[in-house]
Amino acid sequence: MKRHLISAADLSRGDALLILDTTEELARIADRPIKKLPTLRGRTVVNLFFEDSTRTRISFEAAAKRLSADVINFSAKGSSVAKGESLKDTALTLEAMGADAVVIRHSASGAAHRLSGWVQGSVVNAGDGTHEHPTQALLDAFTIRHRLKGSQGSQGSGLDGLRVTIVGDVLHSRVARSNVLLLSTLGAEVTLTAPPTLLPLAVDTWPCSVSYDLDSELPKSDVVMMLRVQQERMSAAYFPSVREYRRRYGLDATRMARLPDHAIVMHPGPMNRGVEIAAEVADSPRSTIVEQVANGVTTRMAVLYLLLGGTEFPAVTS
Amino acid sequence: MCAASHPVARRDGLAVLDAEEIRRALTRIAHEILERTHGGDGVVLLGIPTRGVPLARRLAAQIGEFERLEVPCGSLDVTMHRDDLRLHPARALGRTELPPAGVDGKTVVLVDDVLYSGRTVRAALDALNDLGRPRAVQLAVLVDRGHRELPIRADYVGKNLPTSQRELVHVLLTEVDAQDAVVISDTGGAA
Repeated sequence: MKRHLISAADLSRGDALLILDTTEELARIADRPIKKLPTLRGRTVVNLFFEDSTRTRISFEAAAKRLSADVINFSAKGSSVAKGESLKDTALTLEAMGADAVVIRHSASGAAHRLSGWVQGSVVNAGDGTHEHPTQALLDAFTIRHRLKGSQGSQGSGLDGLRVTIVGDVLHSRVARSNVLLLSTLGAEVTLTAPPTLLPLAVDTWPCSVSYDLDSELPKSDVVMMLRVQQERMSAAYFPSVREYRRRYGLDATRMARLPDHAIVMHPGPMNRGVEIAAEVADSPRSTIVEQVANGVTTRMAVLYLLLGGTEFPAVTS
Repeated sequence: MCAASHPVARRDGLAVLDAEEIRRALTRIAHEILERTHGGDGVVLLGIPTRGVPLARRLAAQIGEFERLEVPCGSLDVTMHRDDLRLHPARALGRTELPPAGVDGKTVVLVDDVLYSGRTVRAALDALNDLGRPRAVQLAVLVDRGHRELPIRADYVGKNLPTSQRELVHVLLTEVDAQDAVVISDTGGAA
């Protein structure tokens, strides 16, 4: 594995399977009375969050703490960033405090990559702008494998032959990009379904197919992943009205009934209930939304363990 | 310990124990466990991955044969508790599987293939500590090759094997390596 986790494209199939298998073993610890492992004792993980986030930050914090690492939380609000400090100076400050890993969430695409050139420790991208969110893709891949292939005997197996349909605001979604890259590495067939205005320009170079018609994709999908309509990133009108979006791309009970019996419904959260996903779908037994949150902690434990648990990398290599 | 860090064990080198001798050693250990624990009541066998796990299963099967007693058997992965994690790239994890009744108040017999520095066993004791509070913990190994770095000794030993630290000891088991043997080779000849 590389020293940083910036993009899902950094992961080979072998790396991704190692993370999933490690996650599978770590998931068993969640049932134990003592959920803490001594593995990262004395290591420091800094959560550097320039953008609002509850689940991802808490998830990384819980993961690091379960591995006995020290966690320093940094959020841009009420910090020196509000006084105009640059990302580089913030990074160097954290570096001086001895961070072994920096988990960064930033509104600018590429922030994690820039940071990796400035600090000695490992950088984990927890979402940079509309670029990538690799740990979300890993936890989604783990959830798919766990749900559709079971926990026994799925060790070392990918997602070969599974059909995953990702629906909605692909243009603004770092989750979609990371998932397309990772799921195709793992052998799944990914289809993006969205209004043409919500697909990025270069989508034809992505390892996936594209469709504009959700209803025709549903019967052949093993997994449907709904994306949040990111109103806060939308400066222009991408679709005429929420009502029309819901009618063509929203997942309601009628649409869910067209899925094969074993198919699951995923959502990275936070949801807009009643926009991209109806409440009865979100709360149905086919929805893995709560499972995804639980798996998030375990997946991030696996990532932190694999990045920090072994030999320290020589400072010069990247 | 040595064998665990080399998943593909070498088959050449000097064979010290063959399949039949391994079987006899395990039979003796099974009897000793029954003797020392007064009939095997409350015993839980926990194998340390990789090769301690099939050894623990074989012991459980033999105890079952001798005494018509079903001994709970599981595995205990020690990777996350090792003291040498930072000397190697991060390792893949093995599986920890406890019998449904757990380990509280039981006599846990840890089972491993080779006892060498004793560090794996120390890690196992730590890992066990997080899982419950056994009444007693004992250690069974197929081969004790000496060179302890910690104050740890085995309660049941298949064979004491005086070695030099330059040598490598590999335990091969049918379940993992398609054959039963204990092989000793020189570091110079190992990959």
